[in-house]
Amino acid sequence: MTSASTSAVAPLARRLRAPSPVGLVLPVALVAVWAAVTRLGWVSPQVLPSPFQVASDLYQLAVSGKLTGHVVATLQRVALGFAFGAGAATLAGALTGYSPRWRAFLDPTLQALKAVPSLAWVPLFILWFGIFETSKVALIATGVFFPIYLNLMTGIRNVDRKLVEVGLINNLGPLALVRRILAPAAAPAYFAGLRTGLAVGWMFVIAAELMGASRGLGFLMLDSEMTGRPSVIMGALILFALLGKTSDAALVAIERRCLAWTDDLATLQSRRTS
Amino acid sequence: MRIELHRLVKAYDGAAALGPIDLSIDQHESVALLGPSGCGKSTLIRILSGLDTASEGEASFDGRPQSGPTPAVGLVFQEPRLMPWLTVRENVRLALGGIARKQQDRRIAEALGAVGLASHVDALPRALSGGMAQRAGVARALVRQPQALLLDEPFSALDAFTRAKLQDHLAALWSASKFTLILVTHDIEEAIVVADRVLVMAGPPGRFIADISIELPRPRDRTAPDLQALRRRIAEAISPETLSVRDRATYVSPAAE
Repeated sequence: MTSASTSAVAPLARRLRAPSPVGLVLPVALVAVWAAVTRLGWVSPQVLPSPFQVASDLYQLAVSGKLTGHVVATLQRVALGFAFGAGAATLAGALTGYSPRWRAFLDPTLQALKAVPSLAWVPLFILWFGIFETSKVALIATGVFFPIYLNLMTGIRNVDRKLVEVGLINNLGPLALVRRILAPAAAPAYFAGLRTGLAVGWMFVIAAELMGASRGLGFLMLDSEMTGRPSVIMGALILFALLGKTSDAALVAIERRCLAWTDDLATLQSRRTS
Repeated sequence: MRIELHRLVKAYDGAAALGPIDLSIDQHESVALLGPSGCGKSTLIRILSGLDTASEGEASFDGRPQSGPTPAVGLVFQEPRLMPWLTVRENVRLALGGIARKQQDRRIAEALGAVGLASHVDALPRALSGGMAQRAGVARALVRQPQALLLDEPFSALDAFTRAKLQDHLAALWSASKFTLILVTHDIEEAIVVADRVLVMAGPPGRFIADISIELPRPRDRTAPDLQALRRRIAEAISPETLSVRDRATYVSPAAE
């Protein structure tokens, strides 16, 4: 293997390394403060239950099998909503980004729809799709759609003219132009959109579940509020944080794999620390 | 490939950038378009490459009117313009369509070998120096085996050593293959080292103010008195206000002695 080919591969390997443990310092410190505050009795357990209480209540829920049901319900909604929203956004964003005609036709309508606060769709979706899963997935998909659509469209529109000219001078057809030049060049913006879209998906699943559900982490929180179990509310919050972080980390891992070619600040910093 | 321009004009928003110009370039000729920035030489190259269209008049290749980019005409840009996500090999492959992959690989290897990049086929552009990246750009233009090669100030962003090396390299490539060569430059020495004919341009609107043939033996020696004399002559052909500081110095010094 030549030195040139290893230099192309090495940054990828560096970027896929396990994250630095320094990111754990702050959460651990927060839990420690939390434990101390509750142990010393500075706040009432009815307001802020101790981390041990939260852990034990979550554990009880987990062994009873109820927690899994809630988590799976929420995960499924986010996954389906994200898949539909991202799929539609990718199609619409690719069309409007590439073709001025499609942009003139579609973009004004989509921009107007974007201006509707997403939660305002709730009554309509319940009327159309009922109060069960379909309306929830539709709401999440609607929220997920716009950031991805917008990022992909502008990402394609902002592809460097100089690189596109290379495609033109070499008589690349539309398909080859998209595959070899436009898609890779717009990929960083697209991934930024996907990450924002995923975060919106997690936001909206709560909204959907707070409005009427019999399963899911959002329902669990609402139910715990009614029955006065602050420890379960906190437990569900922590689970949301963990699930959101994990799904985002998965996206970031895919992004790094796809964008190993970038030559940016992150490349420089990973080179310096290795 | 014979290239002819007939009453060619390019205007942007009504302001003439180029022409009307007439020009005839013979097959196997190597021509340098020399002039200061803004004299329309890059505009002319863009029209010849098919990236831009003329406002009036026409350009023709071997008698056929120019219509859009064609594999018969290769273009090297001022910047390397490599796709950062593709290796050197795949960047060069961008220029090859419609032929079998095996044949592509053979032609890519040839083109990269011709510019001295054979050992960097798998490198990403970020791992290349400026000179190497520009050579990859030349390979991408050469791999289609064009009958005419257009170069738009291809070495202007490089350091003096690399620039001289690549100029000699380009001259050697032309001597070996004798494609029609059009080199846009604002460097008098570069024009003389590479081309057999120097067209001096002024503008806007761009026009030819001198047509000088270079009959020095190849490969050309930059330090030869003949070449230096020619350099002065070309500098004189360019009006003093358009001279770069360096060229003005070579123009003024004989009088000052």
